[in-house]
Amino acid sequence: MAEAVLDAAGHDNHGDPHAVVHKTNTGVSNNKLAMWVFLGSECLLFGGLISTYLLYRTNTQGGPEPSEEFFDIPFTSASSFVLLMSSLTMVLAHSAAGKGDIRKLKIWLLSTALLGSVFVAGQIYEFTVFVREGLGWSTSPFSSAFYALTGFHGVHVTIGIIMLLSTFISAMRGRMHPGNAETVEIVGLYWHFVDIVWVFIFTVIYLAA
Amino acid sequence: MSEETLTETAAPTKGISAGRKTHDEHGHLTDFGYVKIFIILAVITAIEVAFSYIDMPTPVFLIGLFAMMTYKFYLVAAEFMHLKYDHGHFTKLFVTGLVLAVAVYLIFMSASQLWQSF
Repeated sequence: MAEAVLDAAGHDNHGDPHAVVHKTNTGVSNNKLAMWVFLGSECLLFGGLISTYLLYRTNTQGGPEPSEEFFDIPFTSASSFVLLMSSLTMVLAHSAAGKGDIRKLKIWLLSTALLGSVFVAGQIYEFTVFVREGLGWSTSPFSSAFYALTGFHGVHVTIGIIMLLSTFISAMRGRMHPGNAETVEIVGLYWHFVDIVWVFIFTVIYLAA
Repeated sequence: MSEETLTETAAPTKGISAGRKTHDEHGHLTDFGYVKIFIILAVITAIEVAFSYIDMPTPVFLIGLFAMMTYKFYLVAAEFMHLKYDHGHFTKLFVTGLVLAVAVYLIFMSASQLWQSF
């Protein structure tokens, strides 16, 4: 029986001549391992922001309160759907990268960045509406905690868009091939994590309000 | 180790839906399989939103909402982030961070008497 060649993540590369085989102490890709360690630490960061929000959500000091009337649930639901759809396009980009389909990879990467931009634009619009309604950054401990949490998430999405666009530019310059599909996977891990965090924020802040 | 990984990832072809394969010959999801997962996630999100408009006892509402959120979390992590198919080290690292965060902040919120406000 022919000996299977494993890629850096410990997977069979199915005879792909471009696949780069790295030997690591752990038997898994160092880059991917680093991303997972980073995402594990991000759980603590967002955990801190979410619990701070929960602690201060009732401390409105006479300002707007977190309620069904205050939050625009249909609008935020549409934003959530956009972010969810961007996770699908991201995973399709990774799938295309694995198959060496650079044309599809570029399409899906750009679609993901575009959907992410729509989400960020929606968040900026939402913040503008809230400020007009009297919920400023320093209006109350609730408003500070709310903007810190959702704003931090928005910054993460923006960083994700930059990562997606730089991967897209690499693909445009012909630097992407099945051997470095792991780059797309690592960007994808970050993007899906941002989506997972939003799944939590959407439920805890908006729907449970 | 390598052979173990191969055995884990090279699962037989499974999951054929409406005549189209949802898993490839290595047990990974196909593009069609990913679309199926996305539809499930979108449907759960729609149910969550509908749930928030229905009058019901708070404990039932919160348990239902958090159950759906947890399932969505699992689907994205397991299928889109490939934790289900990848090396166990990645799951261990992520779950460690997650459990640590939940434990630390549950203690923090308990110490701050958060539960009295519900």
